[in-house]
Amino acid sequence: MDQIGFLEPRPAVLSRRREIVADLLDLLPEGCLVHQPRELVPFETDAFVSYRRLPLAVALPETTQQVAAVLKYCNRYGVPVVPRGAGTSLSGGAIPQEDAVVIGLSKMSRILEVDYANRTATVQAGVTNLNISDAVSADGYFYAPDPSSQLACTIGGNIGMNSGGAHCLKYGVTTNNLLGVKLVLVDGTIVDLGGKALDAGGLDLLGVVCGGEGQLGIVTEAIVRLIAKPEGARPVLFGFDNSEEAGACVTDIIGAGIIPVAIEFMDKPAIGICEAFAGAGYPMDVEALLIVEVEGSEAEMDAMLASIIEIAHRHGVKVVKESQSATEAALIWKGRKSAFGATGRIADYICMDGTVPLGQLSHVLRGTAEIVAKYGLRVANVFHAGDGNMHPLILFNANDPEDAARAEAAGNDILKLCVDAGGCLTGEHGVGIEKRDLMRHQYTDIDLAQQMAVRAAFDPQWLLNPSKVFPLEGRPAA
Amino acid sequence: MQTNFTAEQLADPHVATSEKILRKCVHCGFCTATCPTYVTLGNELDSPRGRIYLIKDMLENGRPADAEVVTHIDRCLSCLACTTTCPSGVDYMHLIDHARMHIEETYRRPFWNRLTRNVLAAVLPYPGRFRLALKAAALGRPFAGLLKRFKPLEPFGAMLDLAPRRLPKPSDSAKPGTHPAAGPRRGRVAILSGCAQPVLKPEINAATIRLLTRLGVEVVAPEGEVCCGSLVHHMGREAQALEAARRNVDVWLDEIERGGLDAIIITASGCGTTIKDYGFMLRLDLAYAGKAARVSALAKDVTEYLATLDLPQQEARGLTVAYHSACSMQHGQKITLAPKTLLKKAGFVVRDPAEGHLCCGSAGTYNILQPEISGKLKARKVKNIEATKPDLIATGNIGCITQIATGTQIPILHTVELLDWAYGGTKPAVLS
Ligand SMILES: Cc1cc2nc3c(=O)[nH]c(=O)nc-3n(C[C@H](O)[C@H](O)[C@H](O)COP(=O)(O)OP(=O)(O)OC[C@H]3O[C@@H](n4cnc5c(N)ncnc54)[C@H](O)[C@@H]3O)c2cc1C
Ligand code: SF4
Ligand code: SF4
Repeated sequence: MDQIGFLEPRPAVLSRRREIVADLLDLLPEGCLVHQPRELVPFETDAFVSYRRLPLAVALPETTQQVAAVLKYCNRYGVPVVPRGAGTSLSGGAIPQEDAVVIGLSKMSRILEVDYANRTATVQAGVTNLNISDAVSADGYFYAPDPSSQLACTIGGNIGMNSGGAHCLKYGVTTNNLLGVKLVLVDGTIVDLGGKALDAGGLDLLGVVCGGEGQLGIVTEAIVRLIAKPEGARPVLFGFDNSEEAGACVTDIIGAGIIPVAIEFMDKPAIGICEAFAGAGYPMDVEALLIVEVEGSEAEMDAMLASIIEIAHRHGVKVVKESQSATEAALIWKGRKSAFGATGRIADYICMDGTVPLGQLSHVLRGTAEIVAKYGLRVANVFHAGDGNMHPLILFNANDPEDAARAEAAGNDILKLCVDAGGCLTGEHGVGIEKRDLMRHQYTDIDLAQQMAVRAAFDPQWLLNPSKVFPLEGRPAA
Repeated sequence: MQTNFTAEQLADPHVATSEKILRKCVHCGFCTATCPTYVTLGNELDSPRGRIYLIKDMLENGRPADAEVVTHIDRCLSCLACTTTCPSGVDYMHLIDHARMHIEETYRRPFWNRLTRNVLAAVLPYPGRFRLALKAAALGRPFAGLLKRFKPLEPFGAMLDLAPRRLPKPSDSAKPGTHPAAGPRRGRVAILSGCAQPVLKPEINAATIRLLTRLGVEVVAPEGEVCCGSLVHHMGREAQALEAARRNVDVWLDEIERGGLDAIIITASGCGTTIKDYGFMLRLDLAYAGKAARVSALAKDVTEYLATLDLPQQEARGLTVAYHSACSMQHGQKITLAPKTLLKKAGFVVRDPAEGHLCCGSAGTYNILQPEISGKLKARKVKNIEATKPDLIATGNIGCITQIATGTQIPILHTVELLDWAYGGTKPAVLS
C-alpha cells in the first residue's frame, strides 16, 4: 500500500544522522538508544502494518528527565520526533519517518502510586492498560476504559488516542477517566496538567492533550481514576437472524434509556473467527450476535436484563444465552477482545473505526456490506455497538498489491459513509495517517485551520509526529 | 503481514514454513506484554514481535545472521508465552527454531561464546560426562565469583553457582529394564530416562516408576535411548538434534513392537515439548516422518497420563503447595490444569503465584548463557511464589527445580514426588 504519503524527510536532518546519534548516545544511559540500521527495522511500523518507514533512531528513555533532554535536543536541531507506546495503533499513529527520532516509553512501565483514599493511580506512561487494573484488582478496583488491546497498549498511547473499549458505554473513554498528566513539551519543559482533584482551574488543557496523537507533547506520567468493581457482572449473548435487526435492537435499548456496561456486536464471520480461537460458546447458527453485559446486584442485573430481553424479542431474537460461570464470562470477553488478532488466522485485514449515530447503525451496516461487495472483498464486523463505534474489518491479501489497494479504497468509502450518516471518522483509534487525508471530508478548511492553530501553539515547528492527523497540503508554514 | 520472498527462496522448505508463519502475524503487539524479556528489558527488539520482525528481515534478504540479530535471538528464552498469547496462531516456536538453525549455519560466534556453547553441547546431554563435570564444579565453586568478573567467562561462573553442593547417588531407576505392574496390569508405558535429570534428581523417575507400577502400569526404561535433543535443538544444531531424535524414535518403535506402548512418559516438560515435536522436526525425512509422528502422538507428560487414571480423592494433608507451571508445560505443551487437579485430589492446597505465565529464567541453558536476565527473572519468580506463603513448591521440570532452588529456602519438588507420597509412597526426603 502506498497511497498515503509521508512528509519528505528533511535533508538537513538526514545529513546529520551520525552526529545526532552520537549526541543522543551521550544523553541516554547505555542500552537506551537503538541506532544500528538492522535494529531499526522492527520499529518501522505499528499495528497498521501496511505502512512502514524506518526511523533515524529510537530512544528508550528511563526517566522524564531523559525524555526532556532528548526533546530539547531534537527541538533545538529541528529533528522530528514520533512518540511510541506499545505500537498497537491501528491508524498508523506510531509509524515513524526517515528523519525522526522515535521516543519509546516502554522502559517507563512502573506504577508509582495507588491512592485509594482519592481513588487514583499514578503511573508511568509505559504501563500497560491492563497492568493498572491488575495492580488494584485484589483490592476491588479497576481502571475502566478497556481497549481490546488492553493487555499490551500503554496508558500513554491510550491518552494519545483517547482510547475506548467495550466497557466505555457506561464508564466513558480515556478522557473521562484521566485526572492528570506529566507532559514534556517539545522544548523539553516539564509541566503537570490536572491532578488528583476532579477538576483543575483554567483552560481544559488536559482535555486537549488527551487525543493529541503525540503532537502536543510527550506524556511521561498519568493520574487515572480507579473505580470500585461492581457487585456482580454478567455478559449475555443475544443471537439474531440478521444484522439489521441486531442493529435496530441496540438502537432501541439505548433509546429506552437503558445503559448496560457494554453492548458489543459481531456478525457471522466475526463469530466464527472468535469462537475458533476462544471456544466461548457463541451461538454459531445466527447471523449476528450482541454481547450485552449488565452489572450490579443480582436484583439489579435481573431487572435490567428483563427489559433488554423484552426489547430483543421485539426484534425477533433467536438465542438468548446467559453466561453460567466466571470462567464462561471470561471466555466470552476473551473471544471478543481477541477478535482482530484472531482474524489474522484467516486473512490480512485493515480495521476501520467510524462512529455513527445509533439510529444509523442498520443503514451503515447495509452500506458497508454493499461497498465491500462492490470491491469484491470480504468483511467481518465486530464493534462497540452501544456507542455506535463501528469496526468493519476488511479482509484482503497483503501479498497482492491490487487487493491491498482495493481494501484501502473500500475503507475510505466506508468512513465517508459514516461521516455522511452524521457520524465521525474515528471513534477511538485516532486519525493517524490512515484517516488523515479524509479529514477534509469531515471538516471545513476553517475547522482544520483552527485545530492546526491549537497544535502549533504546542509545537510551533511541527516536529511532533508531523506526518499525522492533518492533511499534508494546506498546512501553515512552520 | 505482507512478506517478500522470491519463488526461489520459497523452494527451501524451511523458508516456506517460516513464510507461512510470518503471514499469520498481524503485528498487533499483544505478545509483547507477556514476554519475559520485553517485560524485563523494555525494548521491542527483545520482544516476540520484534524478534519476528528481525527474523523476517534476515530471511527475506537471505542474509547471514549478524551480531545484532544474534543478540536478540539469543535472549529469547523459548518460553513460548508469546504463542499462548497470540490470538492469530503464529507458530513462533518453529520460526525461532529456523532462525537458530540459520544463525548456526551462517554466523561465527566470538571465541568465548563458541567455547561455552561447545562445552554445554558436549557435556549436558551425556549423563556420565555431566556427572563428572558436576564433581569438578564442586571443586571449582570458590572461583565462581572470579569468573563472573570477566564478562566472557560469566557463563562458567553461573554454571558453578547452579551446580548442586552434593550429588545424589545414581539410582536403579535410571538403568534400562522393565518394572512390572503391581497387581493386574492396566497399561504399559516407556519412561524417558533423560540426561541431566537422572544425575541431578534421580528420585523423580524413581517416584514415577513406583507410583505407576503401584497403579498397575508396567514401566519400561528402554535400552539405547539418548538425550531427547532439546538442548542442541535450541542451539540451532539441527543435525545433532535430529540424530538424537532418530535414535529415540528407533528405540521406542522397537519397544512398541516388543510389547506395545500406551504412552511414552516424560517427567521433564522441557523434553516433552521437544519429543512432541519430533513429528515436525523429522517431517522432511521420508524414512522417519511417519514414525516420528507416531512417537510424538504417544509422548505424554507424566501428569497428562496420570490424569487419565482417575485417581481417588485423598484426605487433606494440611500442606499448601505453590504450583509453578514450567513454560514448557503451560506454553509448550498447553498442560495447565492436570497437574493442579492431581495435586488437589492428592490432598494438597494449591496456590497459583501471580504472573504465572512468566518464565523463571531457567530455560534450558539460558541461566548459564544469559545469567543477568535469568537472575532477574528468578528473583521475580521467587518473589511471586513466596507471596503465596506456601509450605512447598511443586513443578514439572528439572530446569525450574534447579533454578528456583537457588533462590529460595522453600523446598521444591517435582509434582510426581508429591503424588507418589500421597498415593502410598514414601515421604520425599526433603520434607522429612
Ligand atoms: C488488536 C487490537 C485491538 C484494539 N482495540 C482497541 C479498542 O478496543 N479501543 C481502542 O480505543 N483502541 C484499540 N486498539 C488501538 C490501539 O491499541 C490504541 O490506539 C492504543 O491506545 C494504542 O496504545 P499504544 O501504547 O500501543 O500506543 P502507540 O500505538 O505506540 O501510539 C499511539 C499514539 O499515541 C502516541 N503516543 C504514544 N505514547 C505517547 C506518550 N507517552 N505521550 C504522547 N503520545 C504518545 C503515538 O505517537 C501515537 O500517535 C486496538 C489495537 C489492536 C492492535
Ligand atoms: S500476538 Fe501474534 S499476531 Fe500479534 S504481533 Fe504477536 S505474533 Fe504477531
Ligand atoms: S519465547 Fe518467550 S522470550 Fe522468546 S519471544 Fe516468546 S515470550 Fe519472549
